[in-house]
Amino acid sequence: METSFTPLSSLVGGLLIGVAATMLMLGLGRIMGATGIISGLLFSENKAEAAWRAALIAGMIAAPGLIYTVTGTMPALDIPVSPTMVAIGGVIVGLGASIGSGCTSGHGVCGLSRLSIRSLAAVVTFMTTAAVTVFIIRHALGG
Amino acid sequence: MKLIYTFSTGLVFGLGIAVSGMMNPAKVLNFFDVMAHWDPSLAFVMGGALLVTFFGYRLAWRRRNPLLASSFQIPRARDIDGSLLTGSALFGIGWGIAGFCPGAALPALGTGRWEVVLFIGAVLVGMGLKRIVAPTVAALAKP
Repeated sequence: METSFTPLSSLVGGLLIGVAATMLMLGLGRIMGATGIISGLLFSENKAEAAWRAALIAGMIAAPGLIYTVTGTMPALDIPVSPTMVAIGGVIVGLGASIGSGCTSGHGVCGLSRLSIRSLAAVVTFMTTAAVTVFIIRHALGG
Repeated sequence: MKLIYTFSTGLVFGLGIAVSGMMNPAKVLNFFDVMAHWDPSLAFVMGGALLVTFFGYRLAWRRRNPLLASSFQIPRARDIDGSLLTGSALFGIGWGIAGFCPGAALPALGTGRWEVVLFIGAVLVGMGLKRIVAPTVAALAKP
């Protein structure tokens, strides 16, 4: 499936993600990592720690609705793979992100901004395996 | 106050994810598919996010403490070990299969698409699996 190159909206979206990461550091002194936020919500014994994470996730979930209210259209979401692949990919993502202590937002945005070499190693690793996986599925297997 | 602040932070993050195109698996997978359909937009997302976060973090850290919490909690781990690399490699494979990562899928829940619910459910299964697998592996590794 072809998608169009959107440098401007992607840059604006990226800037907003950066604003949010800065807000969380400035306000709560925390890293905006999706994996850490989900596991902190599920596995935290402390109710106050769970509450701010629930509010953060609620804000995220409210975003598409706000866009729909303002523009009249939902943000584009085209899934070019089967539900089976979504499920298998999801289990591997959850397992990998928790073993590797982070994902695109935690290691990618926040870790690289802190100039963490550990996060750089994680980012290079997952970008490489993601590209190799897409190559194998789309070209080697011809899917 | 803290919960309103974190809700707003999540909303800004979700708007960024939606506007940037990160929410769209077709776009994410095309970013990794350099051989065909290549869509370099996501480099602009990462670039924008890093630009703001890099300077935003440094401004935030000029304060002694965050606005709404007692201290900054920044990851201290620096070692590049087997778990970081194995976990990140797995994460990339899952990302390449499904086209979603956790930070993009959380706001995408707000579109009401069932595939996103499936993905997040699968991520939770993967996270739970790690909590079962990790102690077992550690126990087996002991002489």
